[in-house]
Amino acid sequence: MQKLKPETIELNMLLEAIFVRYGYDFRNYAKASIKRRVLSHLSDAGCQTISALQHQILYSPQAFAKLLFKLSVNVTEMFRDPDFYLALKKEVFPQLLKRQRIKIWHAGCSTGEEVYSLAIFLTEEGLYDRCHLYATDIDDHALSKARDAIYPVKEMKAFTTNYNNAGGRASFSDYYRAKYDFAMLDKALKRNITFSNHNLACDSVFGEMDLIFCRNVLIYFNRELQDRVIGLFKDSLAENGVLCLGSRETIRVSKYTDVFEDMVPSQKIYRIKKQS
Amino acid sequence: MTIRRLEEQVCRLKEPVCQNHEAVVIGVSAGGMKALEILFSRLKKDCNLAFIVVQHVSPGSDEFFVRYLNERSVLTVKQADEKETIKKGYVYIAPPDYHLLIEEDRTFSLSVDEKVNYARPCIDITFETAAFAFDSSLIGIVLTGANRDGSQGLKKIKEKGGIAIVQDPKTAEVPVMPREAIHRVKVDHILSLEEIAVFLNNYCRTPDKG
Ligand SMILES: C[S@@+](CC[C@H](N)C(=O)[O-])C[C@H]1O[C@@H](n2cnc3c(N)ncnc32)[C@H](O)[C@@H]1O
Repeated sequence: MQKLKPETIELNMLLEAIFVRYGYDFRNYAKASIKRRVLSHLSDAGCQTISALQHQILYSPQAFAKLLFKLSVNVTEMFRDPDFYLALKKEVFPQLLKRQRIKIWHAGCSTGEEVYSLAIFLTEEGLYDRCHLYATDIDDHALSKARDAIYPVKEMKAFTTNYNNAGGRASFSDYYRAKYDFAMLDKALKRNITFSNHNLACDSVFGEMDLIFCRNVLIYFNRELQDRVIGLFKDSLAENGVLCLGSRETIRVSKYTDVFEDMVPSQKIYRIKKQS
Repeated sequence: MTIRRLEEQVCRLKEPVCQNHEAVVIGVSAGGMKALEILFSRLKKDCNLAFIVVQHVSPGSDEFFVRYLNERSVLTVKQADEKETIKKGYVYIAPPDYHLLIEEDRTFSLSVDEKVNYARPCIDITFETAAFAFDSSLIGIVLTGANRDGSQGLKKIKEKGGIAIVQDPKTAEVPVMPREAIHRVKVDHILSLEEIAVFLNNYCRTPDKG
């Protein structure tokens, strides 16, 4: 067995303490990234070592809340990877068109940009009214921002470029109203979206989905947790259901690789195979 | 660059400094394409190291440069994949728009965390996590570039007992990044690209049998 370094043992014990005390399970996250965040939090928390931080958070829920905030990575944008959205419209939408009721799950939706991006394209293709979008995350701060759908106006330039590159049919400015430093998305985009808290590390299956988005979430997990989550998706997908991962994530190293067939492999779009 | 100086440098390094070295992390920004081509076209097949390259590129960049570099090097050049195990004889390039992190078990992780030093991938992040994973068996190299990314990470590599090499600013297309590293870190060697190649080829090749 590989001998663990003291700092790694400290980190593992901190994650164990968080789990036992507060129920948040980061134990199977990829360690390098979480460690970087913990270390950068030490000085803010006034701690010299990870062990000192462990003591602090065990006794102070406020201190834990601060650490939790630091541990979440909510970086996202609208129409991230425009080529992905082009492929989605070309290959996946025609299949959705055949259905009367369409259920979509955004797992790890963060502050909502990705969900609204899809809502916009579903609207443009005349599909939105048949859809229900379930958007979930473990981070309540992010979810509340997602419900608000208000974003810094300075981001609109980049979102507009993405929208155009992704093959948007209208003008992106039709979808928001700018006020001072903020841009408020069109309320109509929200009407078929439900935001809720769901933890991929411990919660269960999410109903019969036709389309699942889980982009740039699996990269934060270790292999074991990745397998659990992909298993969850397998069990949550309806017949012919489609799974979309982030541009550097793949189903092909998971133990469920045989359950999925390629739809657009370059864009990490997969479809569940027919059960024989 | 006289040959004499090159040999002097190499002579000074005659102690078996990097016999036990396993990996090289390279950080490069503006001017990187040319620099990497010069370096990797000179490295020999028996260079017994894994190479991890973090180059600042725009988010939408495709894999053209990876293929280009692969054609010009005897080593296998590829983009680093999530969870992939780091192996000697390979050159791994950080994918655009992701940070590249090294896990303690010497596999890669990716993240979309905020930009650091205005960059994603950020050189410091890869250097720091690599320093932790490889301890003293790591060589860190900072090449041409226009910002100050890399010096923080190079410092960590030194702290762990690794070797710090910086491209001689006089020979760099953009000298800011190497200069910054020399300013902030007690580096072991300041060399031109050609000398770096000689250094790596001579002192890190597969040990001769017998
Ligand atoms: C980098 S964001 C990705 C956002 C978006 N999907 C995208 O690609 O732009 C990762 C999100 O995953 C969420 N997350 C992390 N662990 C999770 C878990 N165990 N269950 C559900 N969501 C999780 C984080 O809170 C964060 O909002």
